[in-house]
Amino acid sequence: MIWLLLAGMFLVTYIPRLVPFLFARQLDLPPWVQKWLKFFPYAALGALIFPGILTAVPGRPVLAAGAGILATVGALFIRNITVIVVLAIAAVLLLQGLGMP
Amino acid sequence: MSNGAPIALGYLPVAVTFGILGRQAGLSVAEVTGMSAWVYAGASQFLAVKMIASGVGFFEIVLATFILNFRHFLMSTVLARKIEGSKPGVAALSYWVTDETFVVASLHARPEGLSALGFLTMALTAYLSWLTGTFLGGMFAGLIPVRIVDGMGIGLYALFIALLIPSARKHWQFALVAAASALTAWGLSSLLPGLSEGWTLIAATLGVSALGTLLPDGEIEK
Repeated sequence: MIWLLLAGMFLVTYIPRLVPFLFARQLDLPPWVQKWLKFFPYAALGALIFPGILTAVPGRPVLAAGAGILATVGALFIRNITVIVVLAIAAVLLLQGLGMP
Repeated sequence: MSNGAPIALGYLPVAVTFGILGRQAGLSVAEVTGMSAWVYAGASQFLAVKMIASGVGFFEIVLATFILNFRHFLMSTVLARKIEGSKPGVAALSYWVTDETFVVASLHARPEGLSALGFLTMALTAYLSWLTGTFLGGMFAGLIPVRIVDGMGIGLYALFIALLIPSARKHWQFALVAAASALTAWGLSSLLPGLSEGWTLIAATLGVSALGTLLPDGEIEK
C-alpha cells in the first residue's frame, strides 16, 4: 500500500517537473515574459528564505534569525557558499548548546 | 561537483531527520529511502509521513503532494530554457529539479546558458546526499536524537542567503524583488494560514516577478 502511495506521489511530483522541458524549450516568448522569467529565481529565493527561516530550528526563532544574519554578513565577505553553510550550522549548534532561544 | 557540495551539505541533516521521522511514522527503511528516491521533494515528504502517521488516506496525500510540489513547474520553465543540449537529454534532467538545484543552477549559469553535464553532476551530488541521509536516518532512527540534527536544518537557509547576496549586491532590482517577495510570502502566510507553502511560493514568485518587469532594466544581463 505504501509503495502504491509512493508511485502516486512520484507521478504528481514528476509530471510538473517534466512538462516545461517538453514544450517551453524552443517556445518563442515575448520580451516581457522573458523579463518576467528572469526575476523568478530571485523572487523564489526571497520567499524561500523568509518567513521559513524563523522555523528552521524548531522552537528557536531568535537563534535561527541570528544564524541568518550571520550568513548574510558572511556572504558579504566570503564567496564560497559551502563555507557559509558550514558557518551557519556551526553557529546554530554552538548557540543551541549554550541555550539560546 | 563543487556546485553540488553546498546543497549536499544542506540536504544531509534534513534527509537524516526525514529518515528518522519516517521510521517513527511506521515506514520501513526501504520505504523511507524509496520515497526519497522517487518523490525527491523534501517538504512534501515531511508532510506525507505526518499524514501517514495520522492515518490520512491515499488521495488526500497525493493531492497535497501535487499542490505542494507544483512550484517546480515554474522552476522547470526557467531551467528548460537555460540548459543547453539535446532535447531528450535535457528533459531527462527534469527529475532532479528542486528548489535548491533550481536556484544554484539559475544563479550560477553563465549568460550564454548552462551545460547539461554541469547540471547533472550538481544534481546527482545533491540527490546522492538526500538518499544517503535518508537511509542513514532510517537505519539508525533509534540511535540519533532528532534534536541534534534539528539545528542543522539552518544549512539550506544559509545556502539560499549565500546565493542571493552576491546577485542582490550587483543589481538592486534583484534585491528589491527578493525582499518584496519575502514580505509577500510572509503576508500571505499570515493572512491566509490555510494556503499551502507551495502556493504561497508560487503566488509570491509570479506576482512579485511581474512587478519586477516594471523596474528599469539597468545593466541586468540575461
